Amino acid sequence: MRRFLRPGHDPVRERLKRDLFQFNKTVEHGFPHQPSALGYSPFLRLMAIGTRSGAIKLYGAPGVEFMGLHEENNTVMQIHFIPDQCQLVTLLDDNSLHLWSLKQHGGTSELREEHRFTLKGPPGSPPSATQVTAVLPHSSREVLYLGTESGNIFVVELPSFRVLEDRTITPEAVLQRIPEDNCNRRSCELVEALREHPKNPDQILIGYSRGLIVLWDLQNNKATHHFLGSQQLENLYWQRDGSKFISCHYDGSYSQWPVSSDSRQSEPLENTVPYGPFPCKAISKIYWQTTKNGLPYIIFQGGMPRASYGDRHSISVIHGSQQTAFDFTSRVIDFFIIFSSDPAAEFDDPSALVVLAEEELVVIDLKSAGWPAVHPPYLASLHCSAITCSHHVSNIPLKLWERIISAGSKQNIHYSSMPWPIDGGTNIAPDPPQRDLLLTGHEDGTVRFWDASGVCLHLLYKLSTVRVFLTDADPNDNMNTLGEDEWPPLRKVGTFDPYSDDPRLGIQKIYLCKYSGYLAVAGTAGQVLVMELNDEDAEHVVDHAEADLLQDQEGYRWKGHEKLKTRDGPVRFEAGFQPFVLVQCQPPAVVTSLALHSEWRLVAFGTSHGFGLFDHQQKRLVFVKCTLHPSDQLALEGPLSRVKSLKKSLRQSFRRIRRSRVSSRKRRGGGGNASEVQEANAKFDQDVLQEMELAPVQRKIEARSAEDSFTGFVRTLYFADTFLRDSSRHCPSLWAGTNGGTVYAFCLRVPPAERRMDEPVRAEQAKEIQLMHRAPVVGILVLDGRSTPLPEPLEVAHDLSKSPDMQGSHQLLVVSEEQFKVFTLPKVSSKLKLKLTALEGCRVRKVTVANFGSCKTDDYSENDLAVLTNLGDIQIISLPFLKLQIRYPCIRKEDVSGIASCVFTKYGQGFYLISPSEFERFSLSTKWLVEPRCIVDMPEVTTNNHVHKPGTENAARKS
Amino acid sequence: QFGAEFRRFSLDRYKPGKFEDFYKLILHIHHIANLEVMIGYADVHGDLLPINNDDNFFKAVSSAHPLLRVFIQRQDEVDYSNFGTNTLSRKKKALVTLRNDNLRRRPHINISMPHDFRPVSSIIDVDILPETHRRVRLYRHGCEKPLGFYIRDGTSVRVTPHGLEKVPGIFISRMVPGGLAESTGLLAVNDEVLEVNGIEVAGKTLDQVTDMMIANSHNLIITVKPANQRNNIIRSSRMSGSSGQSTDSTASHHSLPTPHVLQNFHPDEMESDEEADIVIEGGLEPQHIPKLHSLTSTSLSRINGSSLSHRLQRDLVLNNSSGRESNGNLHKLLSSLKTDPRHSLVIPRGGIEEDGTVITL
Repeated sequence: MRRFLRPGHDPVRERLKRDLFQFNKTVEHGFPHQPSALGYSPFLRLMAIGTRSGAIKLYGAPGVEFMGLHEENNTVMQIHFIPDQCQLVTLLDDNSLHLWSLKQHGGTSELREEHRFTLKGPPGSPPSATQVTAVLPHSSREVLYLGTESGNIFVVELPSFRVLEDRTITPEAVLQRIPEDNCNRRSCELVEALREHPKNPDQILIGYSRGLIVLWDLQNNKATHHFLGSQQLENLYWQRDGSKFISCHYDGSYSQWPVSSDSRQSEPLENTVPYGPFPCKAISKIYWQTTKNGLPYIIFQGGMPRASYGDRHSISVIHGSQQTAFDFTSRVIDFFIIFSSDPAAEFDDPSALVVLAEEELVVIDLKSAGWPAVHPPYLASLHCSAITCSHHVSNIPLKLWERIISAGSKQNIHYSSMPWPIDGGTNIAPDPPQRDLLLTGHEDGTVRFWDASGVCLHLLYKLSTVRVFLTDADPNDNMNTLGEDEWPPLRKVGTFDPYSDDPRLGIQKIYLCKYSGYLAVAGTAGQVLVMELNDEDAEHVVDHAEADLLQDQEGYRWKGHEKLKTRDGPVRFEAGFQPFVLVQCQPPAVVTSLALHSEWRLVAFGTSHGFGLFDHQQKRLVFVKCTLHPSDQLALEGPLSRVKSLKKSLRQSFRRIRRSRVSSRKRRGGGGNASEVQEANAKFDQDVLQEMELAPVQRKIEARSAEDSFTGFVRTLYFADTFLRDSSRHCPSLWAGTNGGTVYAFCLRVPPAERRMDEPVRAEQAKEIQLMHRAPVVGILVLDGRSTPLPEPLEVAHDLSKSPDMQGSHQLLVVSEEQFKVFTLPKVSSKLKLKLTALEGCRVRKVTVANFGSCKTDDYSENDLAVLTNLGDIQIISLPFLKLQIRYPCIRKEDVSGIASCVFTKYGQGFYLISPSEFERFSLSTKWLVEPRCIVDMPEVTTNNHVHKPGTENAARKS
Repeated sequence: QFGAEFRRFSLDRYKPGKFEDFYKLILHIHHIANLEVMIGYADVHGDLLPINNDDNFFKAVSSAHPLLRVFIQRQDEVDYSNFGTNTLSRKKKALVTLRNDNLRRRPHINISMPHDFRPVSSIIDVDILPETHRRVRLYRHGCEKPLGFYIRDGTSVRVTPHGLEKVPGIFISRMVPGGLAESTGLLAVNDEVLEVNGIEVAGKTLDQVTDMMIANSHNLIITVKPANQRNNIIRSSRMSGSSGQSTDSTASHHSLPTPHVLQNFHPDEMESDEEADIVIEGGLEPQHIPKLHSLTSTSLSRINGSSLSHRLQRDLVLNNSSGRESNGNLHKLLSSLKTDPRHSLVIPRGGIEEDGTVITL
């Protein structure tokens, strides 16, 4: 640290730094990890999702997002919006209630926690007395009814959470009016449901767990009706006109009850077990929605036949003769129906079914025939197959953008055309300044293209590489759609499918050239595919080549997985990116680095054994280079053997311990000096124990030697047109950096365009640099005469970048995990360096050049290095002088997958996975900031309800 | 060859160049390229003095009048005790009778040449550090000897304004027998590590400190608070004792350990003795370039790339004399001796492309 503070503390630079850099975590993309509760406000048209880690997230129209975090980090059990208010109440699993409100502040709305409250019983009462099981925010907005495990219903005032003790509805009071013969004290044990009468706010329906349902008159404090179900109650639902209600039960049945003026009725109108007659699972929630044509929609969760379909996560929709049981890919957390919210409307007229499952959000259009799913604009399940890599491309040209969207729209024809039904709030964020793509590679061999320009991460197009290969899974196998006459009428919905047919298909590296539309994708079994964007379906043969990276190395045996088998003959590809070249590395180890030069039509790829260059114009392998160190056994045997050997050694050591014990026991059994042996044995055991206890966590201090394993692992590949041989002529070059701190540079001779097909591309090794500190090389970059990084291929041709300065002397920047080093070119002599690890003990995990613009003036911008370290810190380092500018803690250092998943954009933003299904977006720039800015207007504001208490406001999390 | 061969050649008296070039030149002239030899000269008093570095080579050249008489001996035959004590006249005889003499005399301890010594460790900054602390510098040359120690997490008690306080610290947990750390005798198990190359470790995790030490391993300077504080006063005597113990560990290298150099340590110093990266110029043809490809500019022997790098790792010694026996090359060498010393090693411009593998350090 001293080193960085010492050299000139330039106030001008310090000011400029403030105009350039700023760290913000702006928005979380994707699907919340472990959702646990769902709420919806028909008034605000906002949906709320609570998670097991205590977060609540509100979503409305695309771009309208709010997030809050409970301090306790406890599971959110229930979420209830206060009717006609910008407020909601959450119930956590520690039995605490929290009142949140959306308040406008500085032109945008913010979600803040206003109050918290835990219900306290009289002293000495068991905790169950106050354990809240049901919450009913009353339409008067003044009180909250809290049903508890003890059967008491407490009334608390809002927003102060003051308990109104005189209004508590006790089981005793309820039982007074109910004949003793069919009821006893136990029937009022646990409040399962509380529902306000839709027309008469003075009446609430109370459902107790054991089946007793009571209609309670709040004015007179007495039960007016009671209904005795024979089954354990799960939930209740009022019909719109309040003349009937429906109850659902543990045995998979539901009943309809009329509420008429003669009070003593307790027989249901109708009692049905929809999936009977065999025992069924519980129906945990039910809706009864009226329509103009008279046929109601009955929508319920669960109720499947226990034996044969008990494992399904289903929600059934019954409308007249139509019945579908939507079969979800994961457990259903909760669901709601979007229906006419106008209180004057005669019918419910449901339009959409919104289901929160554990791994995804599914919305079903109930208006269109066939009840198609609606494509959600947010809350995408990023992890529908595990993410294996990601790649970000900034500033996509409009043409390519439109072509990708058009390819994607052809994949989405089965989705409903219904506009997104949850459309509360107004997005006031400015339009995103540019079109950005985030590409995620997945374990199942797919690449997903996301619109990452704005707050909503939205799936544009999905590319599958599976079709090129022959896999064990028969594509017809998963067409297990049931026939028309099947019962129950299950229909699979959702995209979450974490099971990969073949792990070798996994995507490891992606490179997209935004100017040419060339895409290179590389995978787990050494496969490299080069693709081209085609707007039409096409059937063609994929050219296939093999790259033997081991060359003449003798006596090595690959013990890892086999290479993928390819499909012979022409393959049909849908519109979009279509592969035309496949290169398979031999041995088929994971591709660890990939580079594509669309102007030279070359693709370079590296594995743990070496690297190769392929000319995808002539479809010819230009060269391969083996980077293996002869002593590196691990790389040669493949990943599996490593695991095996570890397992083996563990097993051996256990065996050794056991054997020594057994043998000593044997000796003991064989007579002789038994006590002595026993003693020795005890001593041995003690020693072993002591050794285990005393061995502290310790680290060996040893310099890296050339003999370390995986030195040949190719970490980075880079194309550059620079001065490699002498300072007068520049030429195309390929640079490769390995895990052992070696950099190889190859001179390339690419024939001019007119003879591109006639002459071969030639390569010749020009330089080999061995970094003495031998740390893995994670980045290579050439700076031009003005110390600007060389532009991307075709960037200059498209007039999007100044052409590089080819007059001045170029410099080579090599970034290893430990140091940043600038060398002169063509004579590679060290010019300056920054030692990161030697000074701070942290190592470079990710590095990118990012352009930072000033927030004060439009005409100033500079290039810096954005660096993520193994401690989860982000550092900005200036170019070309390698001065540390600023450092921000970003990711917890224990969050290894978060650090590994981080990807920087070219304009100082970044993404990393905070869970398998969520990307956190962050920004290092003052200028490029994508964060939700939205307003939720309350249609009618009642003044007397808003008592602001600034002192007690708890700031919602916004870090 | 040794004993009866005389060559006469000239050197630029005022720009003698470097010893290493001179050494090579000698080897060339005498066609004894593959022998380890000891070069000596006769000074004005007739004493035989060694030439083994730039300084005494320069001294030898400047003091020579008018001829510099240079004596070459096989390295393993050199009787070091002769230097500086024997007169030249006696020396001539000694050359012949050396072997017999050795047999007759009782074996004596071979004290190696100054260039065979190298520092292994040193205590530095004694003047600026508190009594209770010790700053140790470990020099790691090549890969012959592992650094050989382990560190662990622990707690140490500190005196703070609020009284005694337990704070987390990093400690040496284990020494590898025969390792560099052990052989110095300056570090011991349970010593608390306070700084690594001038950077405090307080607040850093075990893994961070590990990475810092490894990143600095070529020139590791650690400040420790020795667990055994009693040794502080009699520090020096203890040291010599321990260094005596370890002499036998690597007899072949004559690595007498611990010349306790006392010097002030500045963080910037790390920069100065920084190792350089190796750059290999010129093309090794990538192996399987399909047909058509002519070997144009390079005429080097085709060495498998990986074996080359392997070899390089072993002999980073400047050793590019082997293939060059011609007179032309001798001229080049000689002329290079006269030019700027900085370039004296590198083959003149243009040679890079023709000769292939050139290593610059």
